[in-house]
Amino acid sequence: MGTISLRNVRKAFGDAVIIPGADLDIEHGEFVVFVGPSGCGKSTLLRLIAGLEDLTSGLIMIDGEDVSDVPPARRGLAMVFQSYALYPHMSVRNNIAFGLKMAGMPKEEIDAKVTHAAATLNLTDYLDRKPRQLSGGQRQRVAIGRAIVRQPKCFLLDEPLSNLDAALRVNMRVEIMQLHRQLDATMIYVTHDQVEAMTMADRIVVLNKGEIEQVGSPLDIYNKPNSVFVAGFIGSPKMNLITGPLATKFSATTLGIRPEHVELLASAGDVNGRIVLTEHLGSDSFLHVDCGEAGRLTVRAAGDYEGKPGDAVSLGFDRARIHRFDSQGKVLV
Amino acid sequence: MARAVPLRRKLIFTALAWGIGFVIFFPILWTILTSFKTEGEAVSLPPSFLFFDWTLENYGIVQERSDYLKFASNSVILALGSTLLALLIAVPAAWAMAFAPGKRTKDLLMWMLSTKMMPPVGALIPLYLIFRDLKLLDSHVGIVMVLMLLNLPIIIWMLYTYFKEIPGEILEASRMDGASIGKELIYVLAPMALPGIASTVLLNIILAWNESFWTLTLTTKNAAPLTQFIASYSSPEGLFWAKLSAASTMAIAPILVLGWFAQKQLVRGLTFGAVK
Repeated sequence: MGTISLRNVRKAFGDAVIIPGADLDIEHGEFVVFVGPSGCGKSTLLRLIAGLEDLTSGLIMIDGEDVSDVPPARRGLAMVFQSYALYPHMSVRNNIAFGLKMAGMPKEEIDAKVTHAAATLNLTDYLDRKPRQLSGGQRQRVAIGRAIVRQPKCFLLDEPLSNLDAALRVNMRVEIMQLHRQLDATMIYVTHDQVEAMTMADRIVVLNKGEIEQVGSPLDIYNKPNSVFVAGFIGSPKMNLITGPLATKFSATTLGIRPEHVELLASAGDVNGRIVLTEHLGSDSFLHVDCGEAGRLTVRAAGDYEGKPGDAVSLGFDRARIHRFDSQGKVLV
Repeated sequence: MARAVPLRRKLIFTALAWGIGFVIFFPILWTILTSFKTEGEAVSLPPSFLFFDWTLENYGIVQERSDYLKFASNSVILALGSTLLALLIAVPAAWAMAFAPGKRTKDLLMWMLSTKMMPPVGALIPLYLIFRDLKLLDSHVGIVMVLMLLNLPIIIWMLYTYFKEIPGEILEASRMDGASIGKELIYVLAPMALPGIASTVLLNIILAWNESFWTLTLTTKNAAPLTQFIASYSSPEGLFWAKLSAASTMAIAPILVLGWFAQKQLVRGLTFGAVK
């Protein structure tokens, strides 16, 4: 099993409050992603769960048991660090075996487990190499191997892909998702990359300034953001956030509409503007339209859209897909 | 002539470096040369540099009069003993300061260093009395303790700077892997900091070997190291320059050889962290 519960978890360094109080329940086998801009406290929250930081107050429970004062090693968790944090003086084999050795497991059993983990992660040929002789992707796999041999209740991954180049990142993303399915283990994954969050998560936890803004499935969060912050953070390109008279017309302080929910009309749309820039991605085109008082809006158009910068356009908003927020930035129902 | 200037500059710098090196080394060279002279020649004016009757008689006399091996083995015991003991204390101390610093860690480090700023003679009388009452005068244990305490601040400082270079995440990884603090130190930190620990050890051995103030005042015979051996040849009466030089040469030879072989390690150790 691997359920994790946070009850009013609070962390402060002196006067600086990092996490004012977080409540969260994570089910066994879930893939939960903590996402937020840098400095939002997502890594701190993960480190609190790991036991690498002490709680200021609150309760952390693993499988129903209070582990708030239990040292990291005895929480039954494994962690993959952003910097990989491999032991540079040990071979890949010993890196993976280290945790098992510390647990005092018999040598034959360790060998069997290391061999199995190495086979799962395509590391068999590299077992006798040192970390410095490996590429970034291989190092990352060793770090994951070190975590999986211990058969933890839950995996904690702290921005594990951010040091990899873009192509490798996509591959490793898929590998981690497959691994999750294969191991049937709980995983908590920290990232600032909302694409990773959207593609990998069963549930996303959006953090802002140490507070949990919203918890939900990727589509839930995408379709029903409950604050301006979540609306602006999740989705690429970003949701258009409009303030001023146009928002007031829809009786909101801030009006949100995603680029794919704005329609290009010949005339008489909700707002008129002029194309400033077009980005052709092949499948889609993104138009940046200057709408005067309403600001600059991004609009998704067909891949073969032929409009040019300077062209006048009229934009219509899909009424069912409009998000309205109050002056506090919270969603209006 | 674009190349002429750098070449000339290079020559000047090389000559200057050799010049300074020679000046620094000269007293040692002179001691070694004097050790091969007769007592008469050792004090002759003008002094002869290389052209004199080379003789080994001083070494024979010195060995005859005093037991070099006894002094040398004491030096080894004191240098190694104090270094090992200091390491046992300094590694955990430096670990704590580097990886779990508190508000006062910097102050603590400065305070430790400040103890090196006091002239040792200031502590002489109380320490002598304590040693006398505890019957530690002229004992290995006593001198090992003093030498250890003497160099502990430097060792902690050096180890602290090496440890600071090690990413904390690696230690956290070992903690997640279930390593206790002891195992973390032995299996993860120590092997990674080995070059730093080695140069710290070397430096401390050299410092302890050369320490003369405390060894001269707190030992007489039983625990007397090579510094006493040299000092026993300085005498207000009679001609002992050549013998004193022979004794000095014998005393510094082992550490000179060690220093020579460990040069690379020492330079790396002492400049560690200065250049990234």
